[in-house]
Amino acid sequence: MTERIAARDKLPVMTATVTPPEATPLPSAPPPPPLERTSYGDRVFRVLLTLGAVSVPVLLGFLVYQLWTGSELAISKFGLGFLTSSTWDPVAEQFGAFPLIFGTLVSSFIALLIAVPLSLGVAIFLTEFAPKAIRQPIAFLISLLAAIPSVVYGLWGIFVLIPLLRTTLFPFLRETLGFLPFFQGPIYGPSMLAAGIILAIMVMPYVMSVSREVLLAVPDSQREAALALGATRWEAVITTIVPYARSGIIGAIILGLGRALGETMAVTMLIGNRHEIATSLFAPGYTMAAAIANEFSEAVGDLHLSALAYVAFLLFVVTVVVNAGARLLIWRVARGSGAGSRAL
Amino acid sequence: MNRRMLRRGISNLMVGLMVLAVVAALLPLFFILADLVAKGAGSLSLDFFTKTPAPAGETGGGVAHAIVGTLLIVGIASLMGLPIGIAAGIYCAEFPGSRLTWLTRFVADVMNGTPSIVVGVFAWAWIVATQKHFSALAGSAALAMLMIPMVLRTTEEMIKLVPNSLREAALALGYSRWRTSLSIVLRTTLPGIVTGSLLAVARIAGETAPLLFTALGSQYMSFDVNQPMASLPLTVFTYATGPYEEWHRNAWAAALVLILVVLVLSIGARLAIRSRFTLNG
Repeated sequence: MTERIAARDKLPVMTATVTPPEATPLPSAPPPPPLERTSYGDRVFRVLLTLGAVSVPVLLGFLVYQLWTGSELAISKFGLGFLTSSTWDPVAEQFGAFPLIFGTLVSSFIALLIAVPLSLGVAIFLTEFAPKAIRQPIAFLISLLAAIPSVVYGLWGIFVLIPLLRTTLFPFLRETLGFLPFFQGPIYGPSMLAAGIILAIMVMPYVMSVSREVLLAVPDSQREAALALGATRWEAVITTIVPYARSGIIGAIILGLGRALGETMAVTMLIGNRHEIATSLFAPGYTMAAAIANEFSEAVGDLHLSALAYVAFLLFVVTVVVNAGARLLIWRVARGSGAGSRAL
Repeated sequence: MNRRMLRRGISNLMVGLMVLAVVAALLPLFFILADLVAKGAGSLSLDFFTKTPAPAGETGGGVAHAIVGTLLIVGIASLMGLPIGIAAGIYCAEFPGSRLTWLTRFVADVMNGTPSIVVGVFAWAWIVATQKHFSALAGSAALAMLMIPMVLRTTEEMIKLVPNSLREAALALGYSRWRTSLSIVLRTTLPGIVTGSLLAVARIAGETAPLLFTALGSQYMSFDVNQPMASLPLTVFTYATGPYEEWHRNAWAAALVLILVVLVLSIGARLAIRSRFTLNG
């Protein structure tokens, strides 16, 4: 018995020692692959990929550098007072960006005020209530809104939306809410409110698709627990699902804000482009992006150009901060799902 | 009993409001597309595609110069942006632990949120200001810059979908790493990367803001990329804000052409991605 076991134990050892001498002399055997972890080809491949990867941060660094040197003249002349001054006079070479900052904030705020309830409603409907068959098609159609070029929104805004607003919504608002200072005064076509409304349409698909991704990341156990405790489906949404996804939804909204702040063409075509601060939303205004778009190619003086570059630099800093905050919040809920960066 | 009815009533009311929100969200899409067809289709003719603009105020003429310009500007932008974006995307997927990957990914996210007008100012300061004249090339550089982060992220996501076992199998068969990456991983994800690139092309084809003070626009047919050049989005902008009735008509027609190109590219790419990899569940 013991002998047989010993013999069996030896067997694999025997074959293992015997096979290599049989295998090596075969004439057609391929040469063994190199054992170093990186061959020549690997090194070339890695260098090429690294070049591609390195060039991305290098490009951004270069962008920041160019914006900084471009705006140096204006920064040294106006400093931070640029942010609070309201004069914009290319002839006298006096520049202040307060009306631009004000217009950017107000138009984005109007956009979010309209877009957030709409897109949250759509996102909640699509993840919680809609029949399975129509979820994808509706999400797809709304995402098409994000594919329409900004200049087409502007065109549509000039020739369709503004005439429509002038005859319907604006007079209506003035009659019903006219006691508020926002809805008083003469009705022009191009106005802060028109720009805010077109921005709302443009921002909505982003907020919708990111908050949808965040809501999809809420575990089913949360829904089931709420329903099992006797909540109606709406109560499950409002007491359980939305609070669970709250920081992600806030992230989606801030992401939308980032889009609205930097949106250029449609706003330029609808806002009226006036360096003024008006309380009435029917009055024309200006935004940072619109001012750059309108005046940059026609600016003559170095200081005028530099002031516009300063505005671009400010806009860049603001959108970077806003987007970083948004991604951090989204990332906290939909960890690793790439929501936000993948969205559209 | 009454209270329960009330709660169910509220639930139903909210669902009703949400359906309204869906309708309100889809209405603009429907109206924009309908208006584009209604106001633009009438001006589409052979002349529109083959002729350059008539002198201001006269009828006739087309936007051939802008179509050629868009093709050139977007084509050069793709030649510059796609290789960098794809290479960086492969790097991020192949070396996920590296510090450069973290940095590149972060920077790509930052660039993705950067307003396109800011990128335009950058291209102006970099190329136009140093060359002292507007050029289509500067416009292409700005568009390439916008393309890179988009292409990078889709490439990375697509490569991450390749099962590790496939990579291991290739390595176990004695393939070197670069051959595994190129002929196994990249070949499997090629359709995904192509559609991702198409989406990025569709995105930049409609961009106007970065071209305003780089490519500038022109009224003449031009093939010289070192000179100002027209493009479809710029033409829509100039014509829409111009004073002539004829310009407005051509703006609608050019916008219709633009949106057809953009929608065909992006719908096609999205459908292809969706049917191949179910990304969003």
